[in-house]
Amino acid sequence: MNEFLQQLINGISLGSVYALIALGYTMVYGVLRFINFAHGDVFMIGAFSAMFGHSLIKRSGLVMPDWLVALVVLTLSMVVGALLGTLIEKLAYKPLRERPRLTVLITAIGVSLLLEYVGQLVFGAAPRGFPSLIESKSLGGFGSLQLSSVQITVVLVSGGLLMGLRAIVMRTRMGLSMRALSLNPTAAALMGVNTNVVISFTFGLGSALAAAGGVFYASLYQAIDPFMGVLPGMKAFIAAVLGGIGVLPGAALGGVLLGVLETLVVGYSKVLGIPSGFRDAVAFLILILILLFKPTGLLGKAHREKV
Amino acid sequence: MEEASVKLLELTDVTIRFGGLVAVSGLTFHVNPGELVGLIGPNGAGKTTVFNIITGVCPPTSGSIVFSGVSVGGQRPYQITARGISRTFQNIRLFSSLSIFDNVRTAFNLHLKNGFFGSVWRGGSFRTEEAEVRREALELLEIFGLAAYADLPCRSLSYGDQRRLEIVRALATRPKLLLLDEPAAGMNATEKLELMKLIQFTKERFGLSVLLVEHDMKVVMGICERIAVIEYGRKIAEGTPAQIQKDAKVIAAYLGEEASDARS
Repeated sequence: MNEFLQQLINGISLGSVYALIALGYTMVYGVLRFINFAHGDVFMIGAFSAMFGHSLIKRSGLVMPDWLVALVVLTLSMVVGALLGTLIEKLAYKPLRERPRLTVLITAIGVSLLLEYVGQLVFGAAPRGFPSLIESKSLGGFGSLQLSSVQITVVLVSGGLLMGLRAIVMRTRMGLSMRALSLNPTAAALMGVNTNVVISFTFGLGSALAAAGGVFYASLYQAIDPFMGVLPGMKAFIAAVLGGIGVLPGAALGGVLLGVLETLVVGYSKVLGIPSGFRDAVAFLILILILLFKPTGLLGKAHREKV
Repeated sequence: MEEASVKLLELTDVTIRFGGLVAVSGLTFHVNPGELVGLIGPNGAGKTTVFNIITGVCPPTSGSIVFSGVSVGGQRPYQITARGISRTFQNIRLFSSLSIFDNVRTAFNLHLKNGFFGSVWRGGSFRTEEAEVRREALELLEIFGLAAYADLPCRSLSYGDQRRLEIVRALATRPKLLLLDEPAAGMNATEKLELMKLIQFTKERFGLSVLLVEHDMKVVMGICERIAVIEYGRKIAEGTPAQIQKDAKVIAAYLGEEASDARS
């Protein structure tokens, strides 16, 4: 039982990172109806910004409490992520707004490769250690159950960010414009919604969350490299599809579910008779099953076009 | 009096090409303040394209569009909406899962001062503005008999009510000119009569000009003060309903050449 709870906690903390990235996929899909495959690389840039931000603060000799350092570093990497996301949209996707979606999709793959290989050029290919932003200690436990401070912080802060996102989407005027735009872009534009601003905002918001996800992921695994975004990016995409692409609560749910499932498979690999190396295959198996049996995802609604 | 300067909307020699297809060619026409103008033509004549040109969805290839004395050709849709042109759609385009109130609120946002940070901070000026929006939106919905349903999702409304809600939403942008794209589509005779009253009422109540695209000749002939007829993207006639009904070119366009030959 304890072991199960342990795996569950591990899974939820990994899943909340997937959830943060998945939200960006689903939001962009909501307003532009395409999958931004460069999203996982914004996640990677987020982690690197945090690393550099951290070493800058340490070198500057400013004395700050650890929680403040962590907060500043997180904010910095979210801002970098938001700027990068809006920049990518402006330079790569906006000129293709009227083109077929496939064109934009292929461009997104191009942007993704660009970020990865430029990252390799600038940061080097070897993995680097990620500084511990949050002091890693065991918060004691119940019997053999171990709660690490990093995991708990990751889950709590991710939860906070999700609530913040919900508040922005449901309670602000920009959020209303986003919802209107995702339901009917033409009608929204003709009712006075400045679509370019809303689209930039959406990219910025989604990318900021991905960057935060990058910082958390790096905090959990303590190593980063320019290709670190590839697999989490893919899995977050699967999480978004699992929850129902375009549905915000779906992305959050899909992320957590996927994280938990993946961790459980690894944790119980001996019992299940699946080699733990198959952890990544689990996600793709889920994708295949979802596409076969419930393509709209868990919370998605069938989308009918009325003419 | 100075007729040229009082026109609300004036299209001069407007042409739009999509690749090799000339959808609208050399179109010149205008709408005066307070006027109800009909735009008719056979299927595929380019009526909806004219709406798309006026609202900035498809910028014209050439020609000028002047609204309230300002050239709006090439402006973005939200900018043109802000200047006072609003429209409804042939196939209803409400924000289906949003509430009726939120549908109207989206259109109000255009004229509000508090932006994103205002709505995060939720200070005094934001709350006053929000209360004002709620009051105005409910007032508008009340006029059209929809206020009681304000918090329901709009797809729960009947077809006729959805059409009405589209008009309310369009009015929330505070237009001077309202474009109606086939508002009578899918309505029965009684509903059409009600619609005609509704259009005239809206026009008087809000001091609007209306440009109406419609297939139903009873509706068009019944309420329009002036009618422009287009065929294959060109204007073939313009005049009062009585003149249009007698126009040989219009009859030919609608009934085919042979029929008009047979008549003459």
